[in-house]
Amino acid sequence: MSCEEQLRNGGCLASRKGAFGDGHRSLCNSLRQGWEIAGIFLSFIKPFRISQEREPRFSQRRGGQALEQVARKAGESPSPEALRRREGQPILTAGTVLPAFFIIGLIFIPIGIGIFVTSNNIREYEIDYTGTEPFSPCNKCLNVSWDSPCTCTINFTLEHSFESNVFMYYGLSNFYQNHRRYVKSRDDSQLNGDNSSLHNPSKECEPYRTNEDKPIAPCGAIANSMFNDTLELYRIDNDTRTPITLIKKGIAWWTDKNVKFRNPTGDGNNLTALFQGTTKPVNWPKPVYMLDPEPDNNGFINEDFIVWMRTAALPTFRKLYRLIERKNNLQPTLQAGKYSLDIAYNYPVHSFDGRKRMILSTISWMGGKNPFLGIAYITVGSICFFLGVVLLFIHHKYGNRNTSADIPN
Amino acid sequence: MADPIRWARYRWQRLISTEGRECSSNNSSSKCYQSPKTTGKHRIVIPCLGHFKEEYEKVSKLYMNNKIRTTRYTLLNFLPRNLYEQFHRVANLYFLFLVVLNWVPVVEAFQKEITMLPLIGVLTIIAVKDGLEDYSRYKMDKQINNLVTKVYSRKEKKYIDECWKNVSVGDFVRLSRNEIIPADMVLLYSSDPDGICYIETAGLDGETNLKQRQVVRGYSEQVSEIDPEEFSSRIECESPSNDLSRFRGFVEHSNMDRVGLSKENLLLRGCTVRNTEAVVGIVVYAGHETKAMLNNSGPHYKRSKLERKVNTDILWCVLLLLLMCLTGAIGHGIWLSRYSETPFFNIPGPDGKLSPPALAGFYMFWTMIILLQVLIPVSLYVSIEIVKLGQIYLIQNDIDFYHEKTDSTIQCRALNIAEDLGQIQYIFSDKTGTLTENKMVFRRCTIAGQEYCHEENAKRLEAYQEMDSEDEDPADCQCGSSTPTSKCQGHNNRAVCEPLNRKPLNQLSGSYSAFKRQDEAGDIPHSGHMAFSSPIETDVVPDKQLLEKFSQISYQQSEETSSKLSLETMYITDFFLALAICNTVVVSGPNQPRQKMRLSSLSRMPIKSLEEIRQMFQRFSVRRLSSSPLPSVKESSSVSPNSFVRKLSIFRMKLASSNLDGAAQRVSEPQNTDSPEDSQVPGELHLVNVAAGGEPSHAVSSVELSPIPKPCYEAESPDEAALVHAARAYKCVLQSRTPDRVTVDFAGLGSLTFQLLHILPFDSLRKRMSVVVRHPVSNKVIVYTKGADSVMMDLLRTASEVHTNNSEIEEKIKERTQQHLDDYARRGLRTLCIAKKVMSDAEYAEWLNHRFVAETSIDNREDLLLESAMRLETKLTLLGATGIEDRLQEGVPDTIQALRKAGIKIWMLTGDKRETAVNIAYACKLLEPEDRIFTLKSQSRDACALVMSKILEGIQKNASIKEKNSEKLGNVSASPSAQARGFNAGLVIDGRTLEHVLHDSLQNIFLELTEECRAVVCCQATPLQKSVLVKLVRSKLKAMTLAVGDGANDVSMIQVADTGVGISGQEGMQAVMASDFAISQFRHLRKLLLVHGHWCYTRLTNMVLYFFYKNVTYVNLLFWYQFFCGFSGTSMTDYWILILFNLLFTSVPPIIYGVLDKDVSAEILMELPQLYTTSQKSVAYLPSAFWITLLDAFYQSLVCFFVPYFTYCGSDIDIFSFGNPINTSALFIMLFHLLIECKSVTWIHAVVIVGSILFYFVFSLAVGATCKTHNPRSDFYWIMEQHMTDPVFYLVCLLTTCIALLPRYLIRVLQGTLFPSPVLRAKYLVRLSPEEQRKAIKRWKDECNVNDRVELQPTSVPSSSAAGAVLEEETTDSALPASKTPFHSSSCCIAPF
Repeated sequence: MSCEEQLRNGGCLASRKGAFGDGHRSLCNSLRQGWEIAGIFLSFIKPFRISQEREPRFSQRRGGQALEQVARKAGESPSPEALRRREGQPILTAGTVLPAFFIIGLIFIPIGIGIFVTSNNIREYEIDYTGTEPFSPCNKCLNVSWDSPCTCTINFTLEHSFESNVFMYYGLSNFYQNHRRYVKSRDDSQLNGDNSSLHNPSKECEPYRTNEDKPIAPCGAIANSMFNDTLELYRIDNDTRTPITLIKKGIAWWTDKNVKFRNPTGDGNNLTALFQGTTKPVNWPKPVYMLDPEPDNNGFINEDFIVWMRTAALPTFRKLYRLIERKNNLQPTLQAGKYSLDIAYNYPVHSFDGRKRMILSTISWMGGKNPFLGIAYITVGSICFFLGVVLLFIHHKYGNRNTSADIPN
Repeated sequence: MADPIRWARYRWQRLISTEGRECSSNNSSSKCYQSPKTTGKHRIVIPCLGHFKEEYEKVSKLYMNNKIRTTRYTLLNFLPRNLYEQFHRVANLYFLFLVVLNWVPVVEAFQKEITMLPLIGVLTIIAVKDGLEDYSRYKMDKQINNLVTKVYSRKEKKYIDECWKNVSVGDFVRLSRNEIIPADMVLLYSSDPDGICYIETAGLDGETNLKQRQVVRGYSEQVSEIDPEEFSSRIECESPSNDLSRFRGFVEHSNMDRVGLSKENLLLRGCTVRNTEAVVGIVVYAGHETKAMLNNSGPHYKRSKLERKVNTDILWCVLLLLLMCLTGAIGHGIWLSRYSETPFFNIPGPDGKLSPPALAGFYMFWTMIILLQVLIPVSLYVSIEIVKLGQIYLIQNDIDFYHEKTDSTIQCRALNIAEDLGQIQYIFSDKTGTLTENKMVFRRCTIAGQEYCHEENAKRLEAYQEMDSEDEDPADCQCGSSTPTSKCQGHNNRAVCEPLNRKPLNQLSGSYSAFKRQDEAGDIPHSGHMAFSSPIETDVVPDKQLLEKFSQISYQQSEETSSKLSLETMYITDFFLALAICNTVVVSGPNQPRQKMRLSSLSRMPIKSLEEIRQMFQRFSVRRLSSSPLPSVKESSSVSPNSFVRKLSIFRMKLASSNLDGAAQRVSEPQNTDSPEDSQVPGELHLVNVAAGGEPSHAVSSVELSPIPKPCYEAESPDEAALVHAARAYKCVLQSRTPDRVTVDFAGLGSLTFQLLHILPFDSLRKRMSVVVRHPVSNKVIVYTKGADSVMMDLLRTASEVHTNNSEIEEKIKERTQQHLDDYARRGLRTLCIAKKVMSDAEYAEWLNHRFVAETSIDNREDLLLESAMRLETKLTLLGATGIEDRLQEGVPDTIQALRKAGIKIWMLTGDKRETAVNIAYACKLLEPEDRIFTLKSQSRDACALVMSKILEGIQKNASIKEKNSEKLGNVSASPSAQARGFNAGLVIDGRTLEHVLHDSLQNIFLELTEECRAVVCCQATPLQKSVLVKLVRSKLKAMTLAVGDGANDVSMIQVADTGVGISGQEGMQAVMASDFAISQFRHLRKLLLVHGHWCYTRLTNMVLYFFYKNVTYVNLLFWYQFFCGFSGTSMTDYWILILFNLLFTSVPPIIYGVLDKDVSAEILMELPQLYTTSQKSVAYLPSAFWITLLDAFYQSLVCFFVPYFTYCGSDIDIFSFGNPINTSALFIMLFHLLIECKSVTWIHAVVIVGSILFYFVFSLAVGATCKTHNPRSDFYWIMEQHMTDPVFYLVCLLTTCIALLPRYLIRVLQGTLFPSPVLRAKYLVRLSPEEQRKAIKRWKDECNVNDRVELQPTSVPSSSAAGAVLEEETTDSALPASKTPFHSSSCCIAPF
């Protein structure tokens, strides 16, 4: 193998002298093989290296032209190298980063203001109907169990009208839907309409996998503990209760509704038949195929069910319950005035100090009401701006000494 | 495969058969010849031949055969063994534990398979790496095993080709010239009539000179080649040991006669047979039992210091992990106990029962460990491996390490300790071949008090290498030779240089490896690869002035009668004769290198024995006594009674007589000397005086025109070669040498054949060597002596002894020569004095008698021989002196200075004698002329201790005085005087003293002493002592050590040191094989350490810190979430993304960072060695750095978690929608964090970072789009898609990233502006234009000098070397001690900013 070839193959040069020269060369060869593998990792570095490690000389070495190299060494002019070096060497000094701080400040403050204003424009109304307080109308239902319905009505007054579409949420507090084992306790194949999983749910669903030797559909703790209060909203206008139309479709993600959650397939569309051989979750009063009279909102693709199944990240959370659409452009969706909320109180939260709420909210492009983001942006923007000023001062006072040839002591 | 089994069996048998073997030998020889003490330590070697067959089977089969195996794995045991070795790593065990843990249902946090992923990844990558390494070893073994040699075969009754691996103990091996010895053999036959075989041990100990080996006594008399069939002796020798210089045993003939064996009879594996046509030996040790293999302890695995430190920090991480898990466990317990009844989101276990809070908390602890496992950076180990691979790739491809002459570049043999190069504190260097080229070059000489400085020669040397000869040029001009002559030599010089320039190329092409040579036909001429025969050594350009004087000899002879030769010319003549004769150089023909050249006319004379010759001599000299004081050649010839003397008179010459000898004679021998027949008849010898007439010109021209081949010289020491070559340059050519005569071709006067009466070889006690010859012209006995000036000056005859009027002249010569010698010594030249003595025959005969008595005496023979030598070497006449340069390798002084400035202490450990070592230490600036040198040379341990404590006291006193003075001076003036500065201490210690010093009781004081010394030179150190020294410094001083050497004698030291560097090149491969890095030149060490070491270290530390940061940050995100999920161990990120986050999305950028980051450019690092201290003192990776990194990680994780938390708190966000922005901003934070930390950002960084981000998004989108039913959780479905359309997502990510990175960014900015580190300051230099840069660097150095002086005072305790740059003064050209380097080389200047 010629020297050139060896060089080409990874720069492994064998010493040709010494008693073990040939053996050594074989070592070199195998090392080179190792390098070829390493080269896979590193091959992309090569073009970089060419610029960094004085490749011109490297190429000359391939030619093995000693004189040229010497000549080059002698005539090496440093200026282009110095020029190149000046390019890609970031040095963080006050001078170089000054613009960055000002730019961040100038961008963040307007964004923050924008977010803050948007958030402030959102109308939100929240009622806690847990009923822990003795005077609460729902106090009587406090110790309710899963299947003993109890109804209560709470009246409230909206001070401001809700102009755009209103989202109606139910909120739970101190409810750890993000508990590790709770979160796992579901069978997505079953929910996706897989028939084998329907009849033989995943082990993850234990202990809500089977009931009386029948598979539970939907299995698991999440489904079992599904929120089952019913909320109805009435507008009280001169003692007449006008029910407000609550739209129950379109509250789940489209992908959940249409892709992720599917009813089992089989002959015909009769859900009762399709869910044959399964049993309802323990806490449920009705089986899954009787959640809603409408067939496209029944079974696993019931949107209330889908929303519940998307487990909340934090122990205090809200979930979308209903939509109130704006009827026409002349009237606000919800006028200011008196309203009453009828609650079929089924969901027991008192045992773990939970709270239940009903929330009415309009939303903006950035979701619900939350002043934090806006304030944070404004604060950070201001801090950056301030730091920019401080750095400007530092730069003027100390910065110059580093850029000049004068090295400080 | 069978090998290890055989090995094990052999070992076992050896264990159990020590007694048995003894018995068998007792039985067979019926004589117990083993002393009980050494029982079991012997091995018996019997040839596998007829009558021995039975015993051979019994004994020899137990020994290893010659197959070697250095691999660690075989195909079958690779997997289990590699796994076993990998699980020695605690981290791997930890991950194994996690995997197992995850299979326990109660604590299971992830899917079982996912946890295995990282572990499998790590194991696979490392296994592949190990496998490749081992495969290369396997291939090498195979190649060596399959080399072919000639082994005697019983069946075919002749030598047949056999692979090395099939050679076994007891085999007869026949080797030809230039073949490599396959196993350790006892030499039984050599084609050399003297029974001598020359071997080159370069492959073993790096020494290129030839070693003589002697045929076993009793066999040397045999004329014909030994017949293995008739070999009926048994050999008994000691068991295999790794001591190269020891071999004991004996040959027992069938008649019970025993002949002792010594190392002189042993041919060592790996050496090459030189100069000898054929040798036959019997194998005594084979394979792994050979001395060469026993010295090669095989692959040596080292762990870098950084890695050890990383391991301790990982322990901290473990502690942190435990703390976090404990928090989780307790938190979970408390959270559970808050509920009076079970909430329905706390679902019971599969058995339907809920565990009590305490137990649940306990389970949770383990769940947390699985969940937070990433805190122990699994990817770190893989990344470190990959980064090291990359760094080594870059080192290997650095063109600056390419050495053209040897066509070799750096080899990184250890892949895992590159970063140690950045932390070296001590360098232990071999001398010969490491610092020096092992090429002695004749530089200058002084004859009869007149110096000839050989300017042209110096220029020639410069032409070879553009040495920065800062001190040579001006020095050369100072010499006494007249300057006008030098001017007209330009063309002459060039003429010489031209062929020289061509030579390296020839040499390159001609110097194939030894194996290659073997393949070719043996008689192809080899121009290269000969000991001490590179053109730089052999070609000496004569000094013009001297040449002129020298040539007068030939002209003056025309005026035959007027012997008006000046005294000086006679001195010169004798001087060069001495150079040519007074040595043991072997001459070989140029076409047959490594072969002794004998004059064809001299038929091989069977020499019966030394005894005979001696008797012959005696007779001869006794007769001589009766002859006239001025004996004619005829007389001497006629009285010569035998052929031996007969040859003496064969010469043909015309020589101007020497008035020093008092006998001016011109004689000529008209008879042709070419025919031995003629010369066999002594009576026919005539003496014919030839009229000089036109002869001289004819003679001269005949010499010049005749195509006399340039002889090749092979010397035992390079000095001798250099002198002979120097003599040749003056046309005083050593033509041939046989044991009894020397022929010199003298300045065109024809050949002079000197009868060689005695050689008194060099010994370290006398420090000189002598030859006794009979001058062919004057027929007088002349003693030529050369030796160290220290002894020679005392042996000169004093004025009282001289009765001629020359006494005055001689005194003057002596005086002036001494001046010149001192001058040479200052220049670091090796000096030798040349002297001569003319003996009368009576004197000689008297001495000879003594000598004979001495040689034949049995008791204290050595002493008597020494005494007789001393008797001879007295009353000498000083001829002159030579200055030889043991050429330093290119750039060695610079490199040593730079390394010193970098705060590295350099020790020189050499096997050479003290004078040489000290000389070289001066030459390479290891010692400065004004350093005070302490020499430790004690016979006993107590004395040694006493001396050391005295020296130490002295140094410390000096230090305190200096401190005081400098304090005083610091207030008064900035230029302290020499006295004020005190002295720098250098310690020279020799091997015997080293033995005492290394004793336990003295180690501490010795180390204390060495710490005070600027340089330490250990001479006459054995390989073992070298390694013990390195070990001592390494363990006691806890210092990072680097050992650099080139020969096998450095192997142990190289292996013991933290980093072993082997110098490859012309020497053998042993050092290279043992080393971690193999370079071709010492000067490459500078870039290797200062640039690559610095880079590798900084890169790796920064990367390691980054990995800690990354993992802590990421794990903490999960940890904070536990506070919001009841400490239940939920992760808000998909498991796959969680695990792959470290392995895929954030792994490539830090690797690129680790491989390519450059804090300062290579040029600046080379310019300012002081910057090395930043890596040497681990500034980048102090414990504080680790904790600051961790603190920052905590802050960033808090920001990264709580900004999204407050943004989404109370909304309808689901778990993964909440986790996704957190995860995404974590990605951004980590990548941009890396950008802040990067010292050099190139497009490749940009590509990788953008690529990582894109990959993350693509992967998340893909997972979000596809995984809708992936049990157990498919909540990640469509989340990324959803978020990509949500502006809040982007706003959150932007805000989080900004807040998280703001502090670090700000601190870096302030640091860069207000308190730049030396490295940062050096970085500014890069931005300057070249001129400005140069100026700035100079200013920096100057400034540091000032600082040095000022700063030294409060901190002159060596241990006070704190962070900052160690800055030493420039000691280049100023000769004033006042401005010399401060006392402690480790004392430092902390450049205040």
